[in-house]
Amino acid sequence: MILKGADILVRCLQDEGIEYIFGYPGGAALHIYDAVYRQDKIKHILVRHEQGATHAADGYARATGKAGVVLVTSGPGVTNTVTGIATAFMDSIPMVVITAQVSSHLIGDDAFQEVDTVGITRPCVKHNFLVKDVNQLAETMKKAFYVATSGRPGPVVVDVPKDITAQTAEYKYPKTINMRSYQPRTKGHIKQIERGIEILLQAKKPIIYSGGGVVIANAGPALTQLVDILKFPSTSTLMGLGAIPASNPCFLGMLGMHGTYESNMAMYECDVMLAIGARFDDRVTGELAKFSPNSKIVQIDIDPASIGKNVAVEVPIVGDCNEVLLVMNEQLKTKVDKIDRAAVEQWWEIINQWKTKDSLAYDLDDKVIKPQYVVQKLLEITKGDAYITSDVGQHQMWAAQYYTFEQPRRWINSGGLGTMGFGLPAAMGVQLAFPHEVVVCITGDASIQMCLQELSTCLQYGLPIKIINLNNQYMGMVRQWQEFFYDRRYSHSYMDALPDFVKLAESYGHIGMRVEDPGQVDDVLEAAFSMKDRLVFVDVITDRTENVYPMIAAGKGHNEMHLKPGDQDAQERELA
Amino acid sequence: MRRIIAVLLENESGALSRVAGLFSARGYNIESLTVAPTDDQSLSRMTIVTSGTDAIIEQITKQLNKLIDVVKLRDLTEGRHLGRELMLVKVCAANIDQKDEIKRLVDIFRGHIIDVTESTYTLEMTGSSEKVDAFLEALSQIELVEVVRSGILGISRGKNALKAPPLS
Repeated sequence: MILKGADILVRCLQDEGIEYIFGYPGGAALHIYDAVYRQDKIKHILVRHEQGATHAADGYARATGKAGVVLVTSGPGVTNTVTGIATAFMDSIPMVVITAQVSSHLIGDDAFQEVDTVGITRPCVKHNFLVKDVNQLAETMKKAFYVATSGRPGPVVVDVPKDITAQTAEYKYPKTINMRSYQPRTKGHIKQIERGIEILLQAKKPIIYSGGGVVIANAGPALTQLVDILKFPSTSTLMGLGAIPASNPCFLGMLGMHGTYESNMAMYECDVMLAIGARFDDRVTGELAKFSPNSKIVQIDIDPASIGKNVAVEVPIVGDCNEVLLVMNEQLKTKVDKIDRAAVEQWWEIINQWKTKDSLAYDLDDKVIKPQYVVQKLLEITKGDAYITSDVGQHQMWAAQYYTFEQPRRWINSGGLGTMGFGLPAAMGVQLAFPHEVVVCITGDASIQMCLQELSTCLQYGLPIKIINLNNQYMGMVRQWQEFFYDRRYSHSYMDALPDFVKLAESYGHIGMRVEDPGQVDDVLEAAFSMKDRLVFVDVITDRTENVYPMIAAGKGHNEMHLKPGDQDAQERELA
Repeated sequence: MRRIIAVLLENESGALSRVAGLFSARGYNIESLTVAPTDDQSLSRMTIVTSGTDAIIEQITKQLNKLIDVVKLRDLTEGRHLGRELMLVKVCAANIDQKDEIKRLVDIFRGHIIDVTESTYTLEMTGSSEKVDAFLEALSQIELVEVVRSGILGISRGKNALKAPPLS
């Protein structure tokens, strides 16, 4: 069948089984948008800013595991997507971004709305393509989806010049693709797996440390099974929350800069560490020189470059987390009685002692609303079953600490790049993917203003997202660091001249609510969640100076946590 | 330690900038980098000379392998290998004494004089980097007009070969 380039592009998306395109039209993309208009299989979601399109596609991808698709025009359309592409890249999210380009004969002439898209996006994509021949368009699209979704996933950009979208070619979408230069390995080496098991069986003070890779590989059940077989203490990174249910008795909570005391102490004191789909990020390890000084590390990761990058590893296992864990579990079933149960029992006693610190405890106040309480109340109202997106900062950490996730793909946040403005558009993608589920965006007064325009998109498509704005009139995390490390010089971390968020939500056609009295939090939240088919923006005026505890300061190790103020003395005595 | 890494990559526009971008983004050294198509027109071969600790070299090879355009690579320094560099030098050759001296040096180093004008000679020298360095040092009494070096081309000795699987 002979088709125009623009129609080929749209047919590729149809044949790939794509439900939604998140996009924004413009000059170079007009042929493509015409092709989108002339079909009804794929729904196009018109955002209000291209950054919103990328985050929405990203949120869709994180919640479903399928590739998110973005369509934008050339020039500013592309540059506006860069933050969203980099966000997806840092968290290994599958995404295909189709960018229109000026016509081939104009490339390099500084044409109107021309940028070097391939050049600008190169450092923050898994791969990118510039289509130079309409006959290669379909194959390029197939490659784009294959690369984006296989191996360690990531965003792929396909740059399509306008003239290519007008030319015609025979349409044939390849069923499979084989690239000699890209053959990701998913099956772990059996000898390495066996070596890893040997080390696990010798452990006296083990810890299982899992990350976002477990979620991406859909390895949550396999991980949970592993933990149930071994009965080893387990912790998770910010990105891995929900892979193992938070209620699992072996789960110690999140680790890292704002992780629990018991998780971080166990990481420091352990003799064997099993790292699964986690990349030893600096927010997790603290000061590398002080990181887990006495442990042998077994690391499972699909990306060989993630193994041994920051921390030396005893046994590297390259492979898909799920495939490797399934093999491991099978082998462990017959070997599990070799574990030194007495030693592990002793280790649990030490950990239980650490747990008594209750490092997430906080003091309620009857005058001001505590943000932690709001998250706990949310957990209660939504029965722990909501999709939670967040922006970046204090509210993100409180959401991670107090909303205990029982399932993977429910916690959707920008962990690697730390992109403020992510939460609302990401929630749109999630709500479109799961129209009947409860989707909550936990945000703050600074973050929400970074992609606020998407409130308009939410109205157009009737997305009943619940926005919980933890409003402390500060960039809370910046303020917290300035309080701790800059002698309380609050340089530009306050939000002056905030809008009236209630009126703002109303002017966008939504429902706005405000709560300032701690005694009314429950009622207001209940009321907000009872409005199932409306977007409700709840402006929660919280304690302005609340800090996120516990905390590992820059340059400190896991054993040097900063607990909440009252516990400081006790901790210092213990360390002395 | 100094390493010579040979890389086979798809002969696509932009492949070179992906490699160069990787090195600058991650702060790795590039001492020299040469690239040209191979006998198989769909492939380019690149020789990168770099240096770093073992851990850094491991990361460099892993990160290079991760680039979608990279088909295969080998750290040649891990085995027996050969490295050759080409240098072109334009020198002042104003009088007969200078011309004789230059001719003698070129002969000793087994180079060639590939262009002659009234006042200049252009010399071609091929060899290991050490030999090329030594030749330049030997020319210290001669006035250099221009020096251009290719950077190292590397190949492993014996039966070892860096070859791509056939295009499917």
